[in-house]
Amino acid sequence: MTSTPFYSRRSLLQELGGGAGALGMLSALQADAGPRVGLHFPGRAKRVIHLFMNGGPFQGDFFDPKPALRKYAGQRPESADLRTERRTGGLLPSPFRYRQHGESGLPVSELLPLTARCIDDICVLRSTWTDNPNHGPALLLMNNGTILPTRPSMGSWLSYGLGSENENLPGYVVLCPGKPVRFSILWTSAFLPGSHQGTYINHSDLRPERLVPFLKNPNADRSRQGRQVGLIRQLNEEHLRQTGPDTRLEGRLQAMETAFRMQFTATDAFDLAQESRSTRDAYGEGHFANGCLLARRLSERGVRFIQVYYGNGQPWDTHNDHHNASRNLAKAIDQPIAALLSDLKQRGLLDETLILWGGEFGRTPTSENGSGRDHNHYGFTTWMAGGGVRGGMSYGETDDFGFQALHNRVHIHDLHATILHTLGIDHEQLTYRYAGRDFRLTDVAGRVIQEILQS
Amino acid sequence: MQKQTVRGFLLLLIGVIQMRAGADEQVRFDRDVLPILSARCFACHGPDAEQRQADLRLDQEQDIHREHTEGIPVVAGNPDSSVLLRRVGATDPDLLMPPPESGPSLTAAEQHTLRLWIEQGAEWGLHWSFRPQVRPDVASGGAAAIDELVGRQLAARSLQLSGPADPYRKVRRLYLDLIGLPPTPEQADAFAADPSPERWEQLVETLLQQPQFGEHWARMWMDLARYADTKGYEKDRGRTMWPWRDWLIGQLNADRPLDELTQELLAGDLLPNATMDQRLATAFHRNTMSNDEGGTDNEEFRTLAVKDRVDLTLQVWMGLTAGCAKCHSHKYDPLSQQEYYGLYAIFNQTADADRPDDAPLLDVQGADEQEQEEQLQKSVTALRRQLRQLQRQPDPAESERWQVPIPVHSEAGGDAVCTVDASGVISVSGPSPAENDYTIRLPLAAGVLSGIRIQALVPDEAGNPGVGRNPEDPNFVLSELELSIAGSDKSFQPLRIARATADFSQQGWPVTAAFDGDLKSGWAISPRQSEMHTAVFVLSDPVQIAGNSTLQLVMRQRYGRSLTMRQFRISVTAAAATEIEGDVISPAVQNVQSELADAELKLKQFRTGLPRVPVMEELPAEKRRETRLHHRGNFLDPGDSVQAGFPQAFAAIAAADMGSPGRLDLANWLMSDLNPLTSRVWVNRIWSRVMGQGIVATEEDFGALGALPSNPELLELLAVEYRENGWSLRGLLKSICLSNVYQQDSAVTAALLQADPENVLYARASRYRLSAEAVRDQLLAVSGLLSSRQGGPPVMPPQPPGLWRSTYNSENWVNAEGADRYRRSLYTYLKRTTPFPALTTFDSGSGEYCLIRRIRTNTPLQALVLLNDQTALEAAGALALRMMQQPTQQRLEWGMRQALIRPIAAAEAEPLQRLARELRAEYGADPESATALLSSARVEPAEATDIPELAAMIVVAGTILNQDEFLTRN
Repeated sequence: MTSTPFYSRRSLLQELGGGAGALGMLSALQADAGPRVGLHFPGRAKRVIHLFMNGGPFQGDFFDPKPALRKYAGQRPESADLRTERRTGGLLPSPFRYRQHGESGLPVSELLPLTARCIDDICVLRSTWTDNPNHGPALLLMNNGTILPTRPSMGSWLSYGLGSENENLPGYVVLCPGKPVRFSILWTSAFLPGSHQGTYINHSDLRPERLVPFLKNPNADRSRQGRQVGLIRQLNEEHLRQTGPDTRLEGRLQAMETAFRMQFTATDAFDLAQESRSTRDAYGEGHFANGCLLARRLSERGVRFIQVYYGNGQPWDTHNDHHNASRNLAKAIDQPIAALLSDLKQRGLLDETLILWGGEFGRTPTSENGSGRDHNHYGFTTWMAGGGVRGGMSYGETDDFGFQALHNRVHIHDLHATILHTLGIDHEQLTYRYAGRDFRLTDVAGRVIQEILQS
Repeated sequence: MQKQTVRGFLLLLIGVIQMRAGADEQVRFDRDVLPILSARCFACHGPDAEQRQADLRLDQEQDIHREHTEGIPVVAGNPDSSVLLRRVGATDPDLLMPPPESGPSLTAAEQHTLRLWIEQGAEWGLHWSFRPQVRPDVASGGAAAIDELVGRQLAARSLQLSGPADPYRKVRRLYLDLIGLPPTPEQADAFAADPSPERWEQLVETLLQQPQFGEHWARMWMDLARYADTKGYEKDRGRTMWPWRDWLIGQLNADRPLDELTQELLAGDLLPNATMDQRLATAFHRNTMSNDEGGTDNEEFRTLAVKDRVDLTLQVWMGLTAGCAKCHSHKYDPLSQQEYYGLYAIFNQTADADRPDDAPLLDVQGADEQEQEEQLQKSVTALRRQLRQLQRQPDPAESERWQVPIPVHSEAGGDAVCTVDASGVISVSGPSPAENDYTIRLPLAAGVLSGIRIQALVPDEAGNPGVGRNPEDPNFVLSELELSIAGSDKSFQPLRIARATADFSQQGWPVTAAFDGDLKSGWAISPRQSEMHTAVFVLSDPVQIAGNSTLQLVMRQRYGRSLTMRQFRISVTAAAATEIEGDVISPAVQNVQSELADAELKLKQFRTGLPRVPVMEELPAEKRRETRLHHRGNFLDPGDSVQAGFPQAFAAIAAADMGSPGRLDLANWLMSDLNPLTSRVWVNRIWSRVMGQGIVATEEDFGALGALPSNPELLELLAVEYRENGWSLRGLLKSICLSNVYQQDSAVTAALLQADPENVLYARASRYRLSAEAVRDQLLAVSGLLSSRQGGPPVMPPQPPGLWRSTYNSENWVNAEGADRYRRSLYTYLKRTTPFPALTTFDSGSGEYCLIRRIRTNTPLQALVLLNDQTALEAAGALALRMMQQPTQQRLEWGMRQALIRPIAAAEAEPLQRLARELRAEYGADPESATALLSSARVEPAEATDIPELAAMIVVAGTILNQDEFLTRN
């Protein structure tokens, strides 16, 4: 597929009268004609929820038991002598006990007793790795496939490739009770049309007027405002016609209409008060629980890509007092994640919703500062669930200490390629021509991990 | 072997393709090679000693030519002997560099670049931005030189500047860029009538002189300074910073040169005879957050603030990201952890320490206030003096009741000296033992003695020494007063005291304790040591006095610490107890005392009413802190002691011996002609503000990982001229705005978009959505609501209800009424944890951290603000009301023109006409909703207004104010 940056799909469709594609780009353009599943082939998943543990959890604490750590505690064997961001010391065993769970018998540590019950729906990728041990570049790589801030994020690519399932809401919503490091650049659409940019919502205060502050207009009569918005579009299109192509202006054109429609649907979508007591109790309390529940409500309504950042700054960045911090963080995510998985399953949504869990990197099995762990990009755990991914399996292996991914390594490009695949997108074909060359989310790399996909 | 050759050929081929920009082009170290080395190699072979592997540095010229265990990394002219090339191209994963697990290998093109570089002699050089600035080879200067340098680059790509923009578009652009507000249609017409270069220059000059210029550019500075009206962190209480913001606006409007501004911002308090304004300037670095939460370690947040100052200073002036060197040496730029703390040491000597009161604070007052305070102070001083004099004089009104006998004998213990003057005042001087008993004998005439009075006086000396002899604490303690009387036989008989009164007694030290037989108790007068005090002692039984009797007083003062009286007077009376008990204070004294109390209160109130702003203040020499490196950035884990100093990489700047530099030296170092970065960073920032993007795209990073300048010569020209022209912001802006590059059209053609999608070559003018503040200010301006009031405390324009919930204090958001509802956005109260949502939705910051540039986003939430925000509605209402004053036929065009400034063709208003007609009919049929809309929009129509028409106009005006053209800088 090719595309040009100076015609939006919509305006092109209009110019072509919605007719047959002479330019061979209609496969993507059809996305606007209505919701679709799969761009290049039928996909199992329709949307993605990304549970982002910003700061980077330690893989050995959750799904990747490493008994050898205990044996070599305090030592620094040659294979654990890897450079990370800061200097680390000897091996620091994870004190958390593992047990086998579910029919699959996959080991999950005591930190996640409730999530463990869903293990048969989870595919643990133990061998994920990334390029850079610093937060900024690693966050960017996870989000846009490069360490550069000027590339479209994964959510923008999905929104661009698949269009919207619900034109009353943004296609890409970012929930964070605060601001992750690098903030809005993490969900930029860069050179993709502006309408595919992530819409950031700070959900630290759940009152709907606080979540989306300008949603209510006491004077808004739907018909009047509808005609007003229609007229604004007309004026804007005229302006655009005079000044020449501009993807950002076109993005705003669309944003205005989404905004108009959001007024009548977003209150509903974002209002957790509409959930029953038992559902609220099932998810539990706290920002992350609320984020997961909002994510379910948004995914039900067809938002393409929902990112739930765990918290402000980089809460998982445990350079000190790692064990206690990890215990508390795990407590905050365990119940909500278990609830989200069961809830989606019960509603029949899990199969068409891909859940991705993980940080921008992992942490070292060696100690930093005595009680802390440093960033580790050599090997760490992410997991997927739903969306046509096989549950109850683990893929890939790290070394004896959980430092480096050794077998069946999964680079972020592979992760991206696989995610796109579950949605029916060939990562090598989802391209965008800009500044004289074709760009894609996976650059020139990426392998779909077929082994983890349901047949 | 054959395989190798094929591979080599392929490499060469790829290289040739890569180099197509110019086949004979010499590889340049800083442009081509350094970016590869810094991105791929420096993490382990760079400035950071802790992470360095194999004892190899690839960031230093001498090290790359040195023999290492495996050979010489770079042999100039001989690629095949250079180990560097062998390792980055190795097929054996154990030899390959960078190691496969730590990152992708070098691409063939990158390897080829390194090969060419070595072939061509491996010339070494500094990173481009660290090299001294050199004026590019260009005949002209200013605007003409800008055109020439942009033109050169365009010509090399067979492009040229777009033609000049339409005069209306140009004039609107200039207003928005220079003062952040649009012109009126009339102002635009005036220019369009004669759009000559001379008139353009005049217009640029005029706008640069507008008071709104300082307001607009202050906002950029406020982003950099992480300005906010609260302290941040959890409690986020209010803090008075706005006088600094007003100071800033004043400086920008006076076009203060950047070098002077820098001195004052960083070290105004250290300038000789620092003025109030210069001290106020230092509030710049007191915009750091502070934590009032209970149980937090003040030192933790103090050190965080100091680090924030180091980081911000390096980033704002030199475009260097220093933050990572807090914990470890910088991996890419030449800043070691040691050097980071050298800079930290410079900022580590200020008195602020994350205290809840934000001390040290500066009472900020203008000339008027200063005069007012002086007046108040004068009247307090005069009243105090009057009171003292009054108290020293015996009150004539009492002369019938009280007599002052002149003592015949006065004696004090130790070697203290007693003297008596003609009016009977006894003064004690000389040595001042810790305890002292005074013995005084007074001659009594025949009559009755019913009581005595002691008046402790304050000497009439400058500086008011107080009533006691201890200069540290001029209190006194009269432990026991013993009275006795002797007749002509000279034998003293004790007199008993029944009661006593005093004008004032210290708590726990009542005057009655002076005759309770206990030397441990007594009468004292703290904290009123600086006033006269009086005690009246009433005898148990009035005594008949025969002639020539002598009254003896022994005043035992046994507290210690020399708390003894300095000067006093003793009077005697025959009057009845009931008459004298009140004689501890005279009505005249009472009057003056109450006047004084009033005056003191006024002064105090005046002073507390003054804004008190946190400022920088250097610690006195004996309290200076020792700076130690923080291991891993942890203030609780101090390392070696570090001396204040500048990074080695910039040693050339600090040519003069600076010893142990302070903040003023830092300011001078930043602004030195030899500092290669400051001028480049600043011109890039200013260029970006008016041109839409920087010549260096990464405004925040001029280091090894930052972007290269898109037009190096242009950056160089601007940097050199900015410095040579005395760091004048106006001068710089004038050069830019007079250039043809600035004045060209912004229309985009498919060809232009293809050739330069991001417009880095400037073959057209940039087009972008206005900043958050400009969006709101423009709404207010074109609707006629904007208040022109400048400065003063921050204001609270309407925001959606319920956003502000302050758990800890009573600070509330109360929507402003009157002019404060419509002030320019930079005056909006900025609470760090709950910033104003209509502004943050358009990418303004929270003031928590330095914001070098704003990333422009584009979301439906922005559209919601423009559709539903109360301010947008009121602006539509105000514009509609003004539209109604126009002739019916011209209303819509007139309204469009107010917003878009340019002339409006009749056809353009046509679609609006249709909506207006429909709505008018609907509102006519539904008068209630028309009235409700008017009332929400705060529109008060004159009598006989066509209400349905007005309501329809409000919706139409809202439409006009929502157009992209209105929100875009074109």
